[in-house]
Formats: sequence, C-alpha cells, structure tokens
Amino acid sequence: MIAGMALVTFAIRYSMFPISGRFQFPELFKQGLRYVPPAVLTAIIVPSVLMSNGETLNLKLSNPYLIGALAACVTGGLFKNLLLTIVVSMVVFMGFQWAFAVRW
Amino acid sequence: MDKRNTIFTRKSSPLSQFFEGAKDTFPLIVGAIPFGIIFGTLATTAGLSFGATMGMSMFVFAGASQFVCLSLVVAGTAWPMIVLTTFVVNLRHMLYGATMVPFYKKLNPLWKMLLAFGLTDETFAVAVNRYNQKDGVPGKHYYNLGSMVFMYTNWNLCTIIGLTAGNAFPGISHWGLDFAMPATFIGIVIPYLVSKPMWASVITAGTVSIMAGGLPHKLGLMVAALAGVTAGVICEKVFSRKKELV
Repeated sequence: MIAGMALVTFAIRYSMFPISGRFQFPELFKQGLRYVPPAVLTAIIVPSVLMSNGETLNLKLSNPYLIGALAACVTGGLFKNLLLTIVVSMVVFMGFQWAFAVRW
Repeated sequence: MDKRNTIFTRKSSPLSQFFEGAKDTFPLIVGAIPFGIIFGTLATTAGLSFGATMGMSMFVFAGASQFVCLSLVVAGTAWPMIVLTTFVVNLRHMLYGATMVPFYKKLNPLWKMLLAFGLTDETFAVAVNRYNQKDGVPGKHYYNLGSMVFMYTNWNLCTIIGLTAGNAFPGISHWGLDFAMPATFIGIVIPYLVSKPMWASVITAGTVSIMAGGLPHKLGLMVAALAGVTAGVICEKVFSRKKELV
C-alpha cells in the first residue's frame, strides 16, 4: 500500500518534467485542478463531522464534532490562521465532550 | 570586502542559498509541526505499525494524502482504493510540476527527480516565489533544496514525536485527537473560499459526501470530490460568460 502511495505521489510530481514541451494541459483540466484540494478535503470533513459514528447523520447540537467544526469555521474565517483554528476548535471540542461526559 | 560584494557572495554560494531556502520555509514549518505530530499520533490509533507510518512519511511525503489514508485504513478500505485516493488527493501536485518545468530546465535528471520528490505544497509555494524574482542569481535549485530538506526533516521528526506520544499514552485516542483531522482540514479549506465557484465547489462536495456516504470502498469521497470540482468549473464558466455579456 505504502509503495503504491509513494509511487503515485512521485509519479504525479515528476511526470511533467519528461513530457514537457510535447504536451499541453487542456484548459479545462487546469481549471479543475484548482478545485481539487478544497473539494477533497470538504468531502472528508463533512462526513467525519456529521456522521462521526460512520453511519447516521447527527445534526444535533449535542454532537461535539459539529460544535468543534463550527468553532473551527468561525476562528478560521475571522483570523485565517491555521494553528489558531486547530487549537481553538480542539479546545472547544474537548471541552464540549468533557462537559457532556460529566453531565450524563 | 565592500557591502555589495558580500551580498553577492552570500546569495550566490550554494550553501547560503540552501539556508536561505530553509529560512524562508520556516513560517510554513510552524504550521506543519502540529500536522506531523497529529499524523504520528493518529497513525498509532489507526493501528498502523511504526515502520509503516515512518515509511509513509519518508517515501510518500505528502501530508494531506497521508491523513486521508489513515481515515481510509480506519474504515477498513482495500489498498488499491487507498492508492487511487492518494492519486486523486495529490493530483494538484501535477500543476506544481508543470509550473516548475521552465525553472528546472537546465538541471540534470537526478536533480529534477530529487526536487520533484520534494514538491510539497509548502516547498512549491516558497520555491516558485524565489524563482519568480528576476534577480538573475544562479543556482536557485539550492534554495529549493534547502526548503525541501527542511520540510522533509521536520515532517519525519514530527511523525516520530507523534508516534512516540501515541505509544507512550495509549489512551490518547480518547482525547478527541480524531477531531484534529477535520479541524486541520477546515483550517486549510477556509482560505480557499474567496470566490463563488469555490463556495459552489465546497458546498457541492459536502452535500454529495453525505448523500454518497453509504457507497462501498469509501467511493463516496471520490464521487463527492469529483462533483465538487465539476460544480466549481461549471460555476466559473457561468460567471465568466456573464462578465462577457457586460
């Protein structure tokens, strides 16, 4: 698995060098590539936040993942600082999880 | 030695270029540190061995896809699917390679391979910035190399630290570190959200990921990502057409 991952990653990063000059990217493909990182990451974020048990949709406000994710969105949107976003939302998430564990 | 001469020697020697590259990568390293440590910690909780985790950081060396791989391993995904997902997640690096082609033109194949291996988001961002400064200083590949070596060393060190922490505190998986991944990803996605097509892309990807959540082999991720990319491109087309009308 790791060999495969290493191979495809290197192939992607290197592939352009030997074939350059003989090949032009279609404009549409170039356009699409820009959307790949946010689209892929969002497709990972949303299920892990809203379906944290892997099966059912949990939109309740008692869902600590949802609360943490909202905190991350607010912090990220306000400060655009990755480290701060991670720290604040982790604290909110853990605090919320802890508060719930204590109450119930 | 007069001042001008000093600056010239400083900038043109391979070693000083190397360190300059490392220095300019520092702010990005700060962001990568928690990322690497969390990766190491999560890998233990995902059930990956020490060797497998280190192997991934040493040979794959692509943070986002390594995280995605962990979430797929936890879900019990078959390895061909993981490799395919890695391909999709890292496809953006092809654009980096394409950008670097003119800059690496005069280097020999070995240099090209080495620098291509280290073409992470961070090093690309730093190196392309340096290459675009038209100051005629030769040997910028040493600058690129410095950035890459610094990123690589840091990434592997942080992975070790995370692994050690994960092994030392087996209960660490209950501390809510599994939330670290979505938290990190949210922090990465937000700066992208500067245009309507980007919003369309992200909203579509999120919605589809829920609807397609039940697909086998975590195919939902790929379907959702493709839907998001398509939505972004279509939206961009629609907006540019409107502009042409005005």
